[in-house]
Amino acid sequence: MRQEGVAIAFQDAATGRIGVKTKKLINDGGAAVDEMLEGILAAHPDHLYAIDGSPRSIVAKHGPRDGKVGLVIGGGSGHEPSFLGFVGKGLADAAAVGNVFASPPPDPIIECAKAVDSGAGVLFMYGNYAGDVMNFDMAAEMLAMDDIEVRTVVTTDDVASAPRDTRETRRGVAGNVFVFKAAGAACDLMHPLDEVERIARKANDHTFTMGVALSPCSLPQTLRPNFEIGDDEMEVGMGIHGEPGVARETLRPADAVTDELLDAILADAQMTPGTRVAVLVNSLGSTPLMELYIIMRRVKARLDAADIVIHTSLVGNYCTSLEMAGASVTLMRLDDELQTLIDHPCDCAMFRSGKIAR
Amino acid sequence: MSWIAVEDLQRLFQDIAAVMTSERDNLCQLDGVIGDADHGIAMELGFTAAAKAVGGLDPTAADPTAVFNTAAKAFLNAVGASSGPLYATAFMRAGAAVKGKASLSESDMLDAFSALAKGIQDRGKAEVGEKTMVDAWAPAAAACEHARAQGGTLHECLLEALKAAETGRDATRNMVASKGRSARLGERSLGHVDPGAASAVLIIESIRGSFP
Repeated sequence: MRQEGVAIAFQDAATGRIGVKTKKLINDGGAAVDEMLEGILAAHPDHLYAIDGSPRSIVAKHGPRDGKVGLVIGGGSGHEPSFLGFVGKGLADAAAVGNVFASPPPDPIIECAKAVDSGAGVLFMYGNYAGDVMNFDMAAEMLAMDDIEVRTVVTTDDVASAPRDTRETRRGVAGNVFVFKAAGAACDLMHPLDEVERIARKANDHTFTMGVALSPCSLPQTLRPNFEIGDDEMEVGMGIHGEPGVARETLRPADAVTDELLDAILADAQMTPGTRVAVLVNSLGSTPLMELYIIMRRVKARLDAADIVIHTSLVGNYCTSLEMAGASVTLMRLDDELQTLIDHPCDCAMFRSGKIAR
Repeated sequence: MSWIAVEDLQRLFQDIAAVMTSERDNLCQLDGVIGDADHGIAMELGFTAAAKAVGGLDPTAADPTAVFNTAAKAFLNAVGASSGPLYATAFMRAGAAVKGKASLSESDMLDAFSALAKGIQDRGKAEVGEKTMVDAWAPAAAACEHARAQGGTLHECLLEALKAAETGRDATRNMVASKGRSARLGERSLGHVDPGAASAVLIIESIRGSFP
């Protein structure tokens, strides 16, 4: 039996069945998230700290300050550098960290909000998933009792997850990076909460992502591939937790796959000639930069042909799904306001851009 | 049957935790077909944490409400995800339903069971037919109420609840998901049992087994 991904066959001692376990450099599946956090804090002491007594609440050393709206992001682990990699000056002030692919509970979210609130209010931003919505809403309800004003903007950039007329039900995927970036810049520029919320919603409305998966990932606790896919297959529109997408197709060359992703995005985003965009070509985990740049090459050719102007591009691992193979393409439609915010400098543990002013 | 004491509830949570540990991989596999393959992990984590926290309570000092509230907090903080808020709400509602009682009569336990099922439905805002754990919990609560109205004992009521939950779970096989992550699947969720409904049956089975 052959299986996609990094995997080895084994015979189950209890049942005698042949199964597949993936290979990972971990010590203990149940401790993976906390050991990762220890490593992140060891690597980025100038950028991040964990709140005393709340180790899953990661806060920016520089960023939170008097009069500034606090931006709290968060979600499950396994998407690194999302979400905590985008904590830093000019972007998010704190991230609440969940178990692998699971929303954080309310407590670490509440601790993050308290740590970054300076009286100007707090904005929660996270991908639109039922679990995240319930936990962040419970946190917001409890913070309201402490007189901390919280607003929430969920990201809904995944074109594949719902039709355009029900955009608000779409899930949030790699386009998060641009949406968080715009909102974080608005916070850094000391805009009030109403204004930050407006900008965050607008940034989300302008952002469109479509992805494709080639092979599964496995959770540290199970070491089993989380879905089955044939050697010659790809899944278009698959979610970043391995949720099935819109179509199972035969794997094709990069240009053809990129065209399929872009066609879906362009049809949805209705971009006219002359539109400026920010581009993100994101790896779902194990797809290497070589393949991402081959995709980027095609994106550039297609956008040139459509007279759409690339203002800035990101290529790399921004929102991953453990070791899943595959990629996503995101376009954010820019106007002057969003372009200024996307260009605004930020300095995070795993992401920085622009000139740094401190 | 006699009164249900704090120790009985402590044992109940330990039983559920043991079942979730042994069924973890099966639940993950169900979830892998239509979701992200972590449901078994969440349920094992949550109930193990709940059983441990509840086990730490002094049965001479704690009341049943404290058991349910302690379970709720431990489950929520261990899990997050969607099952965290759902089961935390369920246990808090069960605790509220029996507030002020030192031990529970059969009738109190049935109140707690109904409140628990209602809590899940309220927090998740799901209806029957949407391919979620509510497809097991709602019919279980209804069957339990019905048996109770007919004068059934706790054991009889829970037996009816379990049967209805199993039927509800099996019915999710023919449903298209419209809530939770698998909602994005549409027609492709057809033919697969909902993992949340499957774990709900395991919980109800444990509750029934605890009060023979």
